[in-house]
Amino acid sequence: MVGDVAPNGGGASADALSAKVVVQNLTIRYGNQVALRGLDLSIRRNEILGVIGPAGSGKTSFLRALNRMDEFIPGMEVEGRITFDGRDIRRVRNVYALRSRIGVVFPLPVGLPLTVYENVALAPRLRGVRKGSELDEIVERCLRRAALWEEVKDRLDSLGSLLSGGQQQRLTIARALSQEPDLLLLDEFSIAVDPVTTMRIEEVLKELKHEMSIVLVTNLVQQARRLADRTAFFLTGEHVETSDTARIFSGIVKDPRTHDYIEGRFG
Amino acid sequence: MTGTAAPLFAGTSLNARDRKVEWLVRALLGLMTALLILPVVIIMALLVVEGGPVISWEFLTSPPVDGMTAGGILPALVGTVWLVVVALIASVPVGVAAAVYLSEYAPDNWLTRAINLAIINLAGVPSIVHALFGVGAFVLFFRFGTSILAASLTLAVMTLPVVIVSTRESLQAVPRAFREACWNMGATRWQTIRRIVLPNALSGILTGIILEVSRTSGETAPIMFTGAAFFLPFLPQGVLDQTMAMSLHLFVITTQVPDAPEALPFGVALVLISMVLAMNALSIAFRMYVRGRKKW
Repeated sequence: MVGDVAPNGGGASADALSAKVVVQNLTIRYGNQVALRGLDLSIRRNEILGVIGPAGSGKTSFLRALNRMDEFIPGMEVEGRITFDGRDIRRVRNVYALRSRIGVVFPLPVGLPLTVYENVALAPRLRGVRKGSELDEIVERCLRRAALWEEVKDRLDSLGSLLSGGQQQRLTIARALSQEPDLLLLDEFSIAVDPVTTMRIEEVLKELKHEMSIVLVTNLVQQARRLADRTAFFLTGEHVETSDTARIFSGIVKDPRTHDYIEGRFG
Repeated sequence: MTGTAAPLFAGTSLNARDRKVEWLVRALLGLMTALLILPVVIIMALLVVEGGPVISWEFLTSPPVDGMTAGGILPALVGTVWLVVVALIASVPVGVAAAVYLSEYAPDNWLTRAINLAIINLAGVPSIVHALFGVGAFVLFFRFGTSILAASLTLAVMTLPVVIVSTRESLQAVPRAFREACWNMGATRWQTIRRIVLPNALSGILTGIILEVSRTSGETAPIMFTGAAFFLPFLPQGVLDQTMAMSLHLFVITTQVPDAPEALPFGVALVLISMVLAMNALSIAFRMYVRGRKKW
């Protein structure tokens, strides 16, 4: 249930009202390897939360836990508590409804083996939209918002996998938007995308945050600086700190390692 | 560049050896492939030359006469079609469903591994053992008697592993990233299977069925005791009838009918092989159509 807010009186209560997602003491393991240790973090409504950190710092694992992907990733174990609109996601029986409210974009575009149109119409179809005109409208709106409409409007019936890498990534974003998510998770979305397209997508994200919360995992420190309202720094499974992006990038940090990382001194 | 300028692209001695090896390997692999094709070509040529003259419209449309030394093969031809079709109806739904379960739903634990092992073992069981199983299970226990039903079910059990294994492999060939992308959108397993996995595994599944058709129409042992008749000049009217079959008929006229003309078995074999090839060609055409719309 939306609005079924049950703040649990933990340390995050100050955040509880404005927070979309509250993560408490999250530990993620793959077998006996710890990917993320004791994470406490919240994702606010209508913000872009940047997550930075070198490879192997647990950024992707964090995203996976938010969507309960551990259920289909062998060996992944999640401990701790994550609430989404106040609901403990571990206790959500209808995991499909939970996932349908969370859009995910991976580093490499996954164009489903369907036409451009069907890639974007799939999620609406899954939630029961049948009418052609309604689907047309959703497809056009999502493609426009992903800054892809002008390039594909004449080839909606060709295969999504025939698009260029950058176009496919925007198609993936359009598909995520077609879920009408409240939370958008982006995992290094710009890795396979050219700089011009990256800039266009970044503009789109700035627009989108008025409607949803966005978690932006990125290897590009400057991308976090450009987009994120707050930035979290992870290092080898440890959550070093989270702070307003402006503060972090003006050198006001709680931990000197954060400063070292954004200055490019290691990692 | 030093003073002793070698001609451009002359290569070193090592280079020369590598190229020799390359040539040798290519020739050897090509030769092996040719060896593989040779028997097929010889068999087909022999059948066409020896059996060709026997084939006529009458041969295909009349029953055998004169103690099976003359006449045609109609009852055997029709019987084989019956056997194959009923076997397909029995095995394809079960096999595909089992493969979908094993590939998409089954947890990776000892039980699943044991089931997979059992399927592989089932594929290794000699066909005569399947025949005896068929007699025990379908003819006697289920009281189907010696009938098309009993024979086809025996064939179905025998070919199930082929269907399951080939279906499972083609399901697994669909990249996992597609499934995960779907699950992440909130799709259930079945929605993912129906919309993404199955359509893209179809051509592989059809390959398995082609294999099954070929094998089923040629098998002799499993149908000998379960439903195929030595000689029966009528066409079967239903699945509880006995029937003649091409494979058994070929066996009978080569070994049990001493005064059958020499060309007759060649003719029967030619028809049997042509039948299999025709069915395969049909399936291959369909596969190519499906693959033409392949999505990645």
